Amino acid sequence: MATKYDWPAAEDRSLIGKRHNRVDGPAKARGAAKYSYDRNLDGMLVARLVTSPVPHGRIISIDTSVAEKVEGYKGHVNIMNVGDEVQWVGTEVLAICADTEEHARDAAAAVNLHFEILPHWVKDEDVKKAGEANRVQPAKDDTKGPDFAAAWDSADETVEGYYGLGIITHCCLEPHGQVVDWTGDDIKVYASTQAVARIPADLARGLSRDESIGTVEADSVEVITPYMGGGFGSKFNIDTWGIACAKLSKKTGRPVKLMLDRDEELMVAGGRPSDYGNVKIGAKRDGTLVAYESETWSTGGIAGRGSPPLPYVYNNEERLAQKARHLNVATNIGPARAWRAPNHPQAAVLTMCPMDDLAAKLDMDPVEFFKKNADLTARPEVYRYEIDKCAEMIGWKEKWHKRGDSGPGPVKRGLGLSLHTWGGRPHDSTCEVRIQPDGGVSVNLASQDLGVGTYTTLSVVAAETLGLQIPDVKINIGNSKLPISGASGGSTTVGGTSASTRRATVNALEELKGVVAGSLGVGADDLVAKDGKVFAKSDPSKSLSWADACRKLGNRTITGQGKQPDRDGGKLNDSGVGGVQMADVSVDVETGVVSINKLAAVQDVGLVLCLEQSESQVYGAMIQGVAWALYEESIYDQATGKMLNPDMEFYKLPGAGDIGEMEVHMVQNKYDDRGVIGIGEPPAISPGAAISNAVANAIGVRVPTLPLTPDRVLAALASA
Amino acid sequence: MQNFEYIAPTETITAAQALSPHDGVTAVLAGGTDLLSLMKERIETPTRVVSLRNIRALRGVHGTGGALRIGAMASVEGVLGSSGASSYKSLLQAGRGITAPQVRAMGTVVGDLLQRPRCWYYRNGYGLLAMHEGKSLVPNGENRYHAILGNKGPAYFVNASSFAPALISLGASVTVAGPEGEREMPLADLFRIPASESERENTLMPNEIVTEIMVPSASGWRTATYEVRQRQLLDWPLVTASVAVRLRGGKIADARVVMGHVAPIPWRSSEAETALKGQALGESAGEAAGKAAVAAATPLSQNQAKVQLASVAVKRAVAMVA
Ligand SMILES: Cc1cc2nc3c(=O)[nH]c(=O)nc-3n(C[C@H](O)[C@H](O)[C@H](O)COP(=O)(O)OP(=O)(O)OC[C@H]3O[C@@H](n4cnc5c(N)ncnc54)[C@H](O)[C@@H]3O)c2cc1C
Repeated sequence: MATKYDWPAAEDRSLIGKRHNRVDGPAKARGAAKYSYDRNLDGMLVARLVTSPVPHGRIISIDTSVAEKVEGYKGHVNIMNVGDEVQWVGTEVLAICADTEEHARDAAAAVNLHFEILPHWVKDEDVKKAGEANRVQPAKDDTKGPDFAAAWDSADETVEGYYGLGIITHCCLEPHGQVVDWTGDDIKVYASTQAVARIPADLARGLSRDESIGTVEADSVEVITPYMGGGFGSKFNIDTWGIACAKLSKKTGRPVKLMLDRDEELMVAGGRPSDYGNVKIGAKRDGTLVAYESETWSTGGIAGRGSPPLPYVYNNEERLAQKARHLNVATNIGPARAWRAPNHPQAAVLTMCPMDDLAAKLDMDPVEFFKKNADLTARPEVYRYEIDKCAEMIGWKEKWHKRGDSGPGPVKRGLGLSLHTWGGRPHDSTCEVRIQPDGGVSVNLASQDLGVGTYTTLSVVAAETLGLQIPDVKINIGNSKLPISGASGGSTTVGGTSASTRRATVNALEELKGVVAGSLGVGADDLVAKDGKVFAKSDPSKSLSWADACRKLGNRTITGQGKQPDRDGGKLNDSGVGGVQMADVSVDVETGVVSINKLAAVQDVGLVLCLEQSESQVYGAMIQGVAWALYEESIYDQATGKMLNPDMEFYKLPGAGDIGEMEVHMVQNKYDDRGVIGIGEPPAISPGAAISNAVANAIGVRVPTLPLTPDRVLAALASA
Repeated sequence: MQNFEYIAPTETITAAQALSPHDGVTAVLAGGTDLLSLMKERIETPTRVVSLRNIRALRGVHGTGGALRIGAMASVEGVLGSSGASSYKSLLQAGRGITAPQVRAMGTVVGDLLQRPRCWYYRNGYGLLAMHEGKSLVPNGENRYHAILGNKGPAYFVNASSFAPALISLGASVTVAGPEGEREMPLADLFRIPASESERENTLMPNEIVTEIMVPSASGWRTATYEVRQRQLLDWPLVTASVAVRLRGGKIADARVVMGHVAPIPWRSSEAETALKGQALGESAGEAAGKAAVAAATPLSQNQAKVQLASVAVKRAVAMVA
């Protein structure tokens, strides 16, 4: 049923779905945008963490006597205590602060920790060895669909292979951390967080556990995060360092800054679980997939993690026989955190790569094979359309060849593809929109912009609704005192915040119309706001400019409230999307070096609010995808238990010269009536599998594990 | 960073006298792009830092008498952009890989030669020899980037200088100044494979300063450097090879082949040089030199691939001079 809240019909949209520059872009480019890391308050102290150098041990002593004498030392708080057990290198043991960063570092270095050393284990790929070390936790078995043995027997062609990808870490450019300014009963927290509204309760709870602090109320805490330098799923909580930072601020009566160092950031503040596995997959001669079985294992640290959803995308339970078994390897490494589409990138590799191998064995073009089996997915029509579109963008017809580029010279070229899906159900959100007598409009909610375009999309929504332009509305987010909105994770933000903003704006406008109607002598229902004016539909000559209309408010400011969910609030959003990506790569078979020629992406997200910001999300995801497909891996040393590359040298990321050409097509005007669906995670899923498939197409053999480094490529070629 | 005394004298001799004869007590500071990171990580903890910044005599890049003279404080950018360097192709090609303007502007070529190993055990505080509980962590550890030649132990790290292989293949020498005066030596002799914890990877005394690199004229030589790079972004190469050959009557009469990132020192391969001599420049000569260059390689548990990379780098460097 249509409601006044519904998104405007396609012909009535003047801003929605178009390209708009990022409204926060100029401030960021000028350096005027203040990130948490940029906060330098008067009298501020700087804190550093003291962390465990051992991968597993019990704390015997914490000696701060020398540290306390270091010049500039101002205080310290324990995060762990004597007798506590540490389970990974980098575990936070205490935080110490001083008048300058240098003194804080000196003080931290002067703390003496002693441990009773306990046995550790940091390796996950060799599951047999991990088993011998007693590190493998019981299996989780999952069987679905038709009888597996019968289905397997009915297959004409099968592939049994080994696939996997190692652990990576989030590597946020702005590391985790915050500045806390605790004065009297007010605790101001400038936090680098994905969850502005959640942090007050989280921090208050953490502080209240400390008897020496007493009860702290969540409402004493104000979180201020106008800009944020990347989270990717790793920044939902205040974390030990946030609580310690607040305690230090209370203790010293001064603002305290505690941002993680690069190595801490890489070791303990991020982590995407590995996944390795043996996969069996079978199809009929005509390419119909009949059976998929996986035995996978992975590590997410000492506490484990969820299992990847296998098989991925192609998982129809009536027609495809499925068996999945997952083992957890418990390791003494920093614990896993949600990483952009948790478990999906791994699942894509473990499904799309064996499928690609099976297509090769069937002597089928993978595009045909992936399309033929689209009925096994939840969105056959979407995927078929997207595969065709993406194939056109990458030039599949002209460039594709059977496995193994037979051209001359050491550089081989190949194409590959992968499919993905994601939910993106909108989070809860409340919003207040204000219309001022001077014509000013503000959108107020305790959401946050992780650099993804929230400022811009909310500007589009409010301006479109009021018939204004983007610069006419002010977006106030990044403050926990504003109306509560959800954490930005799981691609839930755009659906949630756009809905609450749309409803609040429509409600505010209704009220304005009520005021204006009298002075124009028309019914409020007859009024529309468009092109910077408020006028009567029935007689457009009865019209006021936006400013004049607002002037009628006299001294009054209108506030419109909106929330998500809202049963009577129209259909503004949905969940569940599909996307396809294709890769065109070159591989030097003498050196094993892989380079990207082009990546193409086609993505469905329901209604696109701002085309440019949506595309940017896909570009960013693909760049991140090139990183973990070719370069990124957390490398752990068994003897010492240390991550050996918590730096920007050996924890390799691509630069502009490494990512190739990228082309993005957002599906528009096809599924718009589903409303807005999140875009953050879906495009981050497929790059690894698509690139791996392209490499296999180029060189004729599968490189089983990612990242596709020269040594892995050469080893695969040598064993072929 | 541990507190230290900073001095920046104007004369080389004063600088040398300010340096301790004992290892690890004082440090020479050039551009600081390597030294300062090590000090921040407390891998290096000198109590006195002697900067060469104010010594005018060390600044220049001169092309005189057919030779190129590179002062200790000449920056990477300054050298690569100088007219004197333009005839040394392999040197320019080696410098191209150092892509960050910051490093090129601040980092010196001498500092590049003397940069400490990138070995992650060393950079994580386990010392040059990566010792832990009495033995080296490398052979059974994470050694994908470690040495495949000159790796009998106890040193397994690789020399990471891009310029060293090129300069050695060009026949460069260095002048070294100490409190008692100057000495000159072939550049290759600046490097050594440490045999114990107390030795460094170079032959300088702790109170010696490299003042100048002298590169003889490359006239008559064909030279090239090939780097195997995993990515275009600023990164050390996985392996590099520099080649210099001189032809007589269409055949290779003299050859120098030096590889980087394969051994604790820039690795001159007499095997590859022998394979080249007497051959016509061409594919088969490159192929043979590549094979010969790694014939004696002894890869560790994870760095088998580097054997091939080194071989290909030599082959391709030879192809570039053809
Ligand atoms: C991000 C990054 C990427 C890099 N990539 C590459 C690369 O691809 N290839 C490559 O070859 N290099 C690379 N480098 C290394 C770079 O070339 C060196 O760091 C730089 O050249 C060192 O010069 P510097 O003047 O800054 O040396 P410093 O840091 O000042 O000194 C380096 C070392 O040499 C000693 N030293 C310096 N000058 C003298 C002297 N005259 N006499 C005696 N001892 C001296 C110092 O005591 C110190 O131990 C990279 C560096 C960085 C930071």
